[in-house]
Amino acid sequence: MLTSPHLLGIKDLDAESIDLIVKTAKEFKEVLNRPIKKVPSLRDVTIANVFFENSTRTRLSFELAEKRLSADTINFSASGSSVKKGETLLDTVNNILAMKVDMIVMRHASPGAPHYLAKHIKANIINAGDGTHEHPTQALLDTYSLREKFGDLAGKKIAIIGDILHSRVALSNIYALKKQGAEVRLCGPSTLIPKHIQSLGVEVSHDVKSTLAWCDAANVLRIQLERQQIKYFPSLREYAQTFGITRKMLDELPKEIVLMHPGPINRGVELSSDAADSPHSIILDQVENGVAIRMAVLYLLASRG
Amino acid sequence: MTRKLILSSPLLEITISRLCQELIENQIDGTETVILGLQPRGIYFAERIAAELSKHLENPPALGKIDATFYRDDFRRGDPLSPNSTEIPFLVENKRVILVDDVLATGRMVRAAMDALNAFGRPAKVELCVLIDRIYSRDLPIHPDYVGKNVNTLTTEKVLVEWTEQGHEADKIWLITQ
Repeated sequence: MLTSPHLLGIKDLDAESIDLIVKTAKEFKEVLNRPIKKVPSLRDVTIANVFFENSTRTRLSFELAEKRLSADTINFSASGSSVKKGETLLDTVNNILAMKVDMIVMRHASPGAPHYLAKHIKANIINAGDGTHEHPTQALLDTYSLREKFGDLAGKKIAIIGDILHSRVALSNIYALKKQGAEVRLCGPSTLIPKHIQSLGVEVSHDVKSTLAWCDAANVLRIQLERQQIKYFPSLREYAQTFGITRKMLDELPKEIVLMHPGPINRGVELSSDAADSPHSIILDQVENGVAIRMAVLYLLASRG
Repeated sequence: MTRKLILSSPLLEITISRLCQELIENQIDGTETVILGLQPRGIYFAERIAAELSKHLENPPALGKIDATFYRDDFRRGDPLSPNSTEIPFLVENKRVILVDDVLATGRMVRAAMDALNAFGRPAKVELCVLIDRIYSRDLPIHPDYVGKNVNTLTTEKVLVEWTEQGHEADKIWLITQ
């Protein structure tokens, strides 16, 4: 059983909980390959997907996971809502809860927004991304996809390459990978790697070629221009030249590595098209596994009653 | 707490052999019959049945496992339920399915398993084979087609099945009184 009624971040999750979620997701992946891909477990549960920030994959993935579990769902997005009229976060969510909702899946631009909600409301809260802080279900589906490839992650070398500073995927992945005993190396321009990040037990490199040669799997991240108020590097073209990964670089490596990306990909910037579509890439497996992982998280949180 | 032995070797082997003879008598065969063990504990009994049948039939039925956790009626009403693996490496559409479990008591797991089975297709027929039938414990109108042994039990009693596959020294079936 999960120790917390919420999934706010990987930081508060222990290794056993990660194992439990991955093990449960494995059974849900089997369900998703049945002729009828739906189970009745959550038929008495109502879930609100509350998205204060844009999302394609995560939102569709959560919605599909909820429907596969037979939950009732309602969707809320900040654009075109009363948020624009000045309603506070707590008021918005309390109004949704007044309609007898059991669980809230929330994405918000402010780090800590789901943690704040968890203190003030009674429903189960799942963080679907809070600003530059955490994105726990993404790290769990990355873990699941890596375990499908490698089995155990202990001692495996995982590189996270790109805009670490603005990435909630990076932070959640660092926590998840370290808890499972993997070695983690971050790679990117020094302006996009947070100071003191080594205190989390990770290595830092600024050379993408040697990082690719070192790792068993590379998780490549997008440059998050929407979160960058100042210029962190001279131009996207220069970034692509220095940190972009091409098919040629992958083919020249002494061993085959696994290539991941949480999406959306900026083709030609962090990944060339031929690299993104190469056999190294498990990007679409990640998306498939995302539904199973989210079903597992919803199921395990709901099972606490 | 007291425990009383109700079935063990060599009577257990005779019981399994008799059940297989009954199945063969009812004309099961590999082309149109499949066997599904109910997770978590029915799978060991199902393996024994499948092994015994393969001694007598040229074309024995295929064996699979089915887990009914996601279809149970007590989710969110008690302890958290963790799922086990489902492995059905064949089609069940239009097949004769023999569901196999070790102990039949309330019938709720069998109800859930039949719902789970429907997610894989529409079987031509579903039959139930159990090792132990706790005849007076039923909550639902479910009746087994093949029974190893009938046992009269009180609600305070429990039937415990131990298989060597689970790490026990010998196959033993106990009646436990709280």
